[in-house]
Amino acid sequence: MIYIIQNYWQALLYSDGYQMTGVAMTLWLLTISCAIGFCLALPLSIARNAKNPVIWFPVWLYTFIFRGTPLLVQLLIVYTGLYSLDFVRNSPALNEFFRQGINCTIVAFALNTGAYTTEIFAGSIRETNFGEVDAARSFGMSQFTLYRRIILPSALRRALPVYSNEVILMLHSTTLAFTATVPDLLKVTKDAYSATYDPFDAFGLAALLYLCISFTLIFAFRKAEQHFLAFLKP
Amino acid sequence: MKKFLGLGAAALAVLVSAAPAAHAKTFTEIKFGVDPTYPPFESTTPSGDFTGFDIDLGRAICSTLHVKCVFVQQGFDGIIPALEARKFDAILSSMTVTPQRAQQIDFSSEMYNEPTSLIAKKGSGLVPTAASLKGKTVGVESGTIQESYANAYWKPAGVNVVSYPGQDQVYADLLSGRLDASLQDSVEADYGFLKTPKGTDYQLAGNVTYDPKDVLGSYIAIGIRKDEPALKAKIDYAIAKIIKNGTYKKIEAKYFNFSVY
Repeated sequence: MIYIIQNYWQALLYSDGYQMTGVAMTLWLLTISCAIGFCLALPLSIARNAKNPVIWFPVWLYTFIFRGTPLLVQLLIVYTGLYSLDFVRNSPALNEFFRQGINCTIVAFALNTGAYTTEIFAGSIRETNFGEVDAARSFGMSQFTLYRRIILPSALRRALPVYSNEVILMLHSTTLAFTATVPDLLKVTKDAYSATYDPFDAFGLAALLYLCISFTLIFAFRKAEQHFLAFLKP
Repeated sequence: MKKFLGLGAAALAVLVSAAPAAHAKTFTEIKFGVDPTYPPFESTTPSGDFTGFDIDLGRAICSTLHVKCVFVQQGFDGIIPALEARKFDAILSSMTVTPQRAQQIDFSSEMYNEPTSLIAKKGSGLVPTAASLKGKTVGVESGTIQESYANAYWKPAGVNVVSYPGQDQVYADLLSGRLDASLQDSVEADYGFLKTPKGTDYQLAGNVTYDPKDVLGSYIAIGIRKDEPALKAKIDYAIAKIIKNGTYKKIEAKYFNFSVY
């Protein structure tokens, strides 16, 4: 254990001297994919509840595909599959983008968490109290103002406990990143393991680090819930 | 625990066999312990015969010494204790010389060495030096000595070294064009990629020779009990002889298209 900490603490936490690795890489993947996923989910969850099938059907298809297939398969398709297509390799911008394992990983992770988040938000929007919508309409609010002032603030607050779950599941999913050669926390742990052949110390240390991250996330979401959901308290 | 078992077995073997080992024996046969799960070095044919590069070398050694060759099957993880327990006289199973193993048993002189080699697209002009690969992307398998090598010498010199979970993924990205070259065991490169239909556009770009920090480790040799210097001397003599009289080259050419010595 001491040997692993002495030799790998830097790589486990932030860098192997050449690139970002370990906890820093795991947190970066989590933050960027959840941020993109959130931005995707906000408009898509509204579209998911639209009455016009031309609008809701593509969104339904997207969430169905990304929730219906394993993330590992999605990652392999984005990393290995897309780059083997000629039009990707022949266009300089796409070639440059998909050449990097980290970009592929972020695309796959963001699309995956975006699909789950869309369904979480869509469900929450659907359950908005009709009285609130009625009251807003009687005030003469436009559809846009109605969503901006009434539906979205209330729906997002009510979605918070479920959404925090999704973020923590996403943290666990980042362990797949090394499939696309991204040196996340688990990859450094495997290096430490193959240097020492000491599975309990190496993976135990990784488990502790993941626990610390999870605990911080849970704590932050609990604080946010106390703040934003105070109005729902009995 | 394994170490203790090994030591225990060794101690037991010494106790039990102190008497017979005392008188000098003349060799009429050499029993080799082999783990035949590692083609092309050692494997068994469907009919149960031993075959492979190591086996051919062993037979050549025996015929040089005019003794009979016997091969005994033994799993690799228990092969040193079995040698100490006198189930056979020598280990012939692609065993790399390491300081830990050298504490327990003796080794013959070098049998062969699997060089680490770079493969790249034909005509790329890349060679396995930091200067040639600067700014290029090189793939390695995670956890191998080749990864340690690339990280030790090439990464600091500006080579983009990318680690992969498996060797097949390294080849996949070499084919897709993400990688300019890949670094691995030469035998693995030859059998796993260059000799397959997908490897036709690629070639061996050279073996790694520069290794002042000894990252890639030592050569492969025959393991012999420490109390049998006479056998070691005979095997060393036979290895030197088959190398000198061209038998070694002939056997090598049967399995590899590059030098493994």
